[in-house]
Amino acid sequence: MTSPKQALAQPATSADAAPGSQPGAARGAQGRGRPAQDPGSWRSRLYRWDMKASPYAFIAPFFIIFGAFGLFPLLYTAWYSLHNVQLSGLDHQTWAGLDNYKNLLSSEFFWNALENTFSIGVISTVPQLLMALGIAHLLNYRLRGSTVWRVVMLTPYATSVAAATLVFTLLYSWDGGMVNWLLHFVGVHPINWRESDWGSQFAVSSIVIWRWTGYNALIYLAAMQAIPTDLYESAALDGAGRWQQFRHVTIPMLRPTILFTVVVSTIGATQLFGEPLLFGGVSGSKGGSAHQYQTLGLYMYDQGWGIGNLGKASAIAWTMFLILLIIAAINLLITRRLRKSQ
Amino acid sequence: MRTSTRRSRRLAAIAAVAAMTAGLLAGCSKDSNDGTSDSNGGGGGKTQLTIGTFGVFGYKQAGLYDEYMKLHPNISIKENVTTRTDVYWPKTLTRLQAGSGTDDIQAIEVGNITEAVQTQADKFVDLGKDVDKSQWLPWKTAQGTTKDGKTIALGTDIGPMAICYRKDLFAKAGLETDRTKLAAQWKGDWAKYVAVGKDYMKKAPSGTKFVDSASSVYNAALGGESQRYYDKDGNVIWDKSTGVKKSWNAAMEVATSNMSAKLKQFDPTWDQGFAKGSFATVACPAWMIGYIEQKSGDSGKGKWDVAAAPTAANWGGSFIGVPTAGKHQKEAVALAKWLTAPEQQAKVFAKQASFPSTPSAYANLTPAADTTAYFSNAPITQIFGDSAKTIPVQYFGTKDQPIGTAITDVGILQVEQKGKTPAQGWDAAKAEIKDVLGQ
Repeated sequence: MTSPKQALAQPATSADAAPGSQPGAARGAQGRGRPAQDPGSWRSRLYRWDMKASPYAFIAPFFIIFGAFGLFPLLYTAWYSLHNVQLSGLDHQTWAGLDNYKNLLSSEFFWNALENTFSIGVISTVPQLLMALGIAHLLNYRLRGSTVWRVVMLTPYATSVAAATLVFTLLYSWDGGMVNWLLHFVGVHPINWRESDWGSQFAVSSIVIWRWTGYNALIYLAAMQAIPTDLYESAALDGAGRWQQFRHVTIPMLRPTILFTVVVSTIGATQLFGEPLLFGGVSGSKGGSAHQYQTLGLYMYDQGWGIGNLGKASAIAWTMFLILLIIAAINLLITRRLRKSQ
Repeated sequence: MRTSTRRSRRLAAIAAVAAMTAGLLAGCSKDSNDGTSDSNGGGGGKTQLTIGTFGVFGYKQAGLYDEYMKLHPNISIKENVTTRTDVYWPKTLTRLQAGSGTDDIQAIEVGNITEAVQTQADKFVDLGKDVDKSQWLPWKTAQGTTKDGKTIALGTDIGPMAICYRKDLFAKAGLETDRTKLAAQWKGDWAKYVAVGKDYMKKAPSGTKFVDSASSVYNAALGGESQRYYDKDGNVIWDKSTGVKKSWNAAMEVATSNMSAKLKQFDPTWDQGFAKGSFATVACPAWMIGYIEQKSGDSGKGKWDVAAAPTAANWGGSFIGVPTAGKHQKEAVALAKWLTAPEQQAKVFAKQASFPSTPSAYANLTPAADTTAYFSNAPITQIFGDSAKTIPVQYFGTKDQPIGTAITDVGILQVEQKGKTPAQGWDAAKAEIKDVLGQ
């Protein structure tokens, strides 16, 4: 990259140096011959500026907005996390050093939230992606009205979290909810979905699964349609059935896509917030009476806005950020290994 | 020379960034200019006052804004409602401290009033000089006044307590249905109320329970105790408080004896409970009357009745204050004063049944005709009024609300819905409160 740049810079240097020694003549001669390249003239300077500055101007909006709404809050949160700050006394901050972090690591609620985030993440992401893969495979067949099916797949994703969660909350209500009503035909006793430990996590996960399966299925479908058909044809010639084609052609070809969805879903699962908050109803930020579905996001919200302890909430925010960085690093390692194996 | 090209490139980048920033800022400032001119003179030279509230305050419903605007043609009023208190209060706190974005008048819930008085007093106008403080119940004014005598907020409604009960279900269970006799049965002690509940459960109509939740009994009982979570000097005493202990025990009786419908108040399922008639009683502060009427709908008409609660108690109620960050403080003070005056509080009661905090209004309170019919012609004015006059003085603290939430939504809920023992529930609440207080 450097050498072409230097090559470009060289002529400019010589051209610029020349007028320095013999100003009038050089400028005049060049001006008549090749006006656009006259380094001294206003128009050419403007042109050069345009070439060099415009790209920056084009990408600037993102960086300005990122700086104002991403980077600055991030750094300010780090600053807060080292202080004792109450929501009711933003102007009385006292230095706390790493106390907030120490406090956090010794708090049972933090570890509980971390555990919940992980377990809800697993029971929502894994079935979600497997189902999405299956659905995409089915949609990939020649179907009548395939567009309709694809649009239908995307509708859950288009509904708002609030609306979806409200409906699910009613379905899961322990007294007169539809889920318990259906279960009673199978002879299962009513389950208190909101207060039982696994029940509540399952309920929250089901909202996530319902909303995101179609979205992931469409991503898989797009990737599947890019797989050349002759691969399937030759596989069929070799006597491979549908299932074998799926396993030995589709899955390997989808590997990068699958990896992408895994990463995106993992990040989404780590930040899970809206569904459990609304599922909990009033004082939902506690994530149930025993915090049985309180995720890290909810714990942060409860500390910051429920209790008003902004310093500790900021420490949670930064811890979450670090956890995401670790996940990104693990993902990078896996990607590299996968690429090597291919 | 290479360095100079690089420098110019950097300069160009900076210039571009600067230009974009300027553009953004210009966009913003233009916006805020529009905002000011709007509230200053927009709408034909009127002064626009905004009032920030949560939930249903009843001012709009009772037509008070229209009336005030008619009396003062140069004023226009806009209400900004945030439905949930737990969203409203943090938002208001940050705006108060930023010194911008506040409404001309801000409502404050009773659970937050101490925090406001102790930490935000300098962000509010002193309203004490402009009003005759003696028209409010003394404890109400005291709650909104700092130690050095600055009144930062004026009392709106209060929450005197009664028991709302389903007469029809009581009859089916073979219990007393007359409101005075019933009140006499449980007078003085919430334990007696629980005893009536046990009688109810013996012959309870199928699918019904005695009470909506153990937490509602806890809140109602605690509302009648002078000792809550803090002492007079602002020290946390929640685990030694006699009031908390008594109320906790009553709630535990409910939670462990299968008389609760195990609902969580203000959840959609609680609303359904009203509609289906799945519980026979609910401790109802005055402001809940309108809620019950709305959620029970036509099916509950004439079936509900109101009886005096075991003890005179207060649950909820609000204040309104004028932030110093407001642009029209003088006009806002005048409006706040007018809105909280006894006549206006009486009008809100007539529409919404929110009970006035000004005793002089009690003499001629008239509830809405349909409300009276809905609650079997119960003399609700008298019942709530009697309760209001004998409510003990209570001391609130800065973290009153989160402590209360920890006890009801963690401690009691674990016993009621997860089948934990009362001792386990108490320990869970204790751990939670430790976390709340940052201990």
